Amino acid sequence: MDFLNALVALSNFVIIPAIAYGSQLALGALGVTLIYGILRFSNFAHGDTMDFGAMIGVLVTWFLQSMGVSFGPLPTALLALPFAILGTMALVLITDRVVYRFYREQKAKPVILVIVSMGVMFIMNGLVRFIIGPNDQKFADGERFIISVREFKALTGLKEGLAIKTTQGITVVVAIIAVALLFWFLNRTRTGKSMRAYSDNEDLALLSGINPERVVMYTWLIVAALATTAGVLYGLDKSFKPFVYFQLLLPIFASAIVGGLGSPLGAIAGGFVIAFSEVTITYAWKKVLKYMLPESLEPSSLMQLLSTDYKFAVSFVILIVVLLFKPTGLFKGKSV
Amino acid sequence: MKKLLLASAAGALLAGAASAEEIKLGVILGFTGPIESLTPSMADGAELAMKEVSDSGKLLGGATVTSVRADSTCIDAAAASAAAERLITAEGVKGIMGADCSGVTGAILNNVAVANGVVMVSPSATSPGLSHANNEDNGLFFRTAPSDARQGVVMTEVLMEEGIKEVAVTYTNNDYGKGLADSFQAAFEAAGGSVTINAAHEDGKADYSAEVGALAAAGGERLVVAGYVDQGGSGIVRAAIDSGAFDTFHFPDGMISDKLQENFGDEIEGSTGQHPGTDSPGAAKFGEIVGDAFDATSPFTPESYDAAALILLAMQAAGSSDPAAYKDKVMDVANAPGEQIFPGELAKALEIIAGGGDVDYVGATAVELIGAGESAGNYRQIVIDGGKIATAKYR
Repeated sequence: MDFLNALVALSNFVIIPAIAYGSQLALGALGVTLIYGILRFSNFAHGDTMDFGAMIGVLVTWFLQSMGVSFGPLPTALLALPFAILGTMALVLITDRVVYRFYREQKAKPVILVIVSMGVMFIMNGLVRFIIGPNDQKFADGERFIISVREFKALTGLKEGLAIKTTQGITVVVAIIAVALLFWFLNRTRTGKSMRAYSDNEDLALLSGINPERVVMYTWLIVAALATTAGVLYGLDKSFKPFVYFQLLLPIFASAIVGGLGSPLGAIAGGFVIAFSEVTITYAWKKVLKYMLPESLEPSSLMQLLSTDYKFAVSFVILIVVLLFKPTGLFKGKSV
Repeated sequence: MKKLLLASAAGALLAGAASAEEIKLGVILGFTGPIESLTPSMADGAELAMKEVSDSGKLLGGATVTSVRADSTCIDAAAASAAAERLITAEGVKGIMGADCSGVTGAILNNVAVANGVVMVSPSATSPGLSHANNEDNGLFFRTAPSDARQGVVMTEVLMEEGIKEVAVTYTNNDYGKGLADSFQAAFEAAGGSVTINAAHEDGKADYSAEVGALAAAGGERLVVAGYVDQGGSGIVRAAIDSGAFDTFHFPDGMISDKLQENFGDEIEGSTGQHPGTDSPGAAKFGEIVGDAFDATSPFTPESYDAAALILLAMQAAGSSDPAAYKDKVMDVANAPGEQIFPGELAKALEIIAGGGDVDYVGATAVELIGAGESAGNYRQIVIDGGKIATAKYR
């Protein structure tokens, strides 16, 4: 019984939040890694692309809610997601046409593109704040919980409760679908194959008649879809606030680099590595250990490795360690 | 020669009694700087009390009171000290209504007021660092705003009365949150309670599940959230409810607003809290006498009126405008026993004091000076009842 209680407490505060957070990071990191692999630069505007996508998601959700449309127990935001993706696709294509294409034609060095993407980031961030304002926005609706603490306790009779939020469930399911679609696209379709060819060797791909502008366009479209999905899911699960996505940039880049930049599989693994380390290292283990250990060994302190203030420092440290000892990341991506 | 001296001394006394004295009071507030939008009505509030006293013609046998304004800048200690120096040496003020921000108030007090022996009554400095337990201020400093540490004590009283002995505390990571959390922890532990964890949270994050995980592991009967309702405070409460970590909470002032019941409603049923507030009729009376002249509800404006009124009533009680004489009377006029005095009744108060009676100045903010001469503050204790914020009582 004590073992079950420990397990439930651990799931409630560590495993479930980390899985949901990891899925969101993985989706974000996939976008970063695709851009890095195909367009060959680190896109700092990615966080704010998510921001923009989530904002359209919020606006469309509000519109649908005002029309009386709902999705039963599921959040209306899922219905708004396709529209948000279309809006973000339009935005990134315009950005590419107006900004990035110029530098691509100049054959600008990656570092210049990185700086350019920072400029784009500030503009996108300003745009979002201009349209929706800097405040918290609520747009989640439908059932809040798949299982709530009270229901779980009544069901199992355990002392510890377990809550699974609908948004956490949806996040994981949608992330799995999105990743499956992405891999199918990259490995099975002609366009996907040409994208991978372009990523592996640009000159060879050009020689075999692959149109680079088409590859670039498809990349942006996929990135927009991934970023919007990640943004909406994050906003749905936590809350939508323009500045938050900017802060997400660090863990997202950490995930992509830990997994190996340019490797989609690595991005997913990296997302979960970062999410689990952030949550486990800052978790206070007192409660879990109290159930697991005999009474004589019961801890009196909180058994917390790092205060939660240092959550973001964890991704920094992992980033530095990986760059020092395994610069290509876990899945042999490109070295930074 | 001796006779001449005596005669001239007598003449001077007579002259003093016959021609009414003109008393100058300094009003040092941050007319420029971070709180410049608040200070005009604060100064107006103080000057309203001076005008009321002057018009009555009852202060020290018909003395008139004029105000001399000076800029504290709120942040620049050197500029504020220079302004205070000018007021005292060049203008010859008999007392200072101010300053406003805690930093400059401390600077003026230590560099100028104590050195020159001038009384200061601040309407808005709330730093616990200004509490002078050991008479470092020579009894010259008073304030009509409570110290920030006071809320920690009040919070302890509320929780102890509820029978809560063990709490977890989370605070927003700034001076307000940390100061409040620390003063609460000190007071709560002194009263026999225990604080299982005292952890910071950052505002403006989307996700607080890690913070709540730590709080839940530490445990406690109630979670004290010393944060902001529009910021991380709500995020913490949301995550704590969702994960079942805590059912009831305790909210200090930063958390109590309509937004709280809008966000959580009956999910936080039975939670408690307190914020500055009073049911004293003084506030309404102050609003009446102010009328449309300025904004009577602007922060610290009633406190400013009270600060100026206290100085003037103390002068009357001492029978002198000399700070060294009237500084000891400030506590007497502010506290019971005596007849209660509300805004607009200063003339009555002056009369009572002149007649040898005693007054208990209530004023616009229900002034009650404790400790070394700072306001006890008035708090409204609330409870979440039926999803709504309800007043439990005033304390």
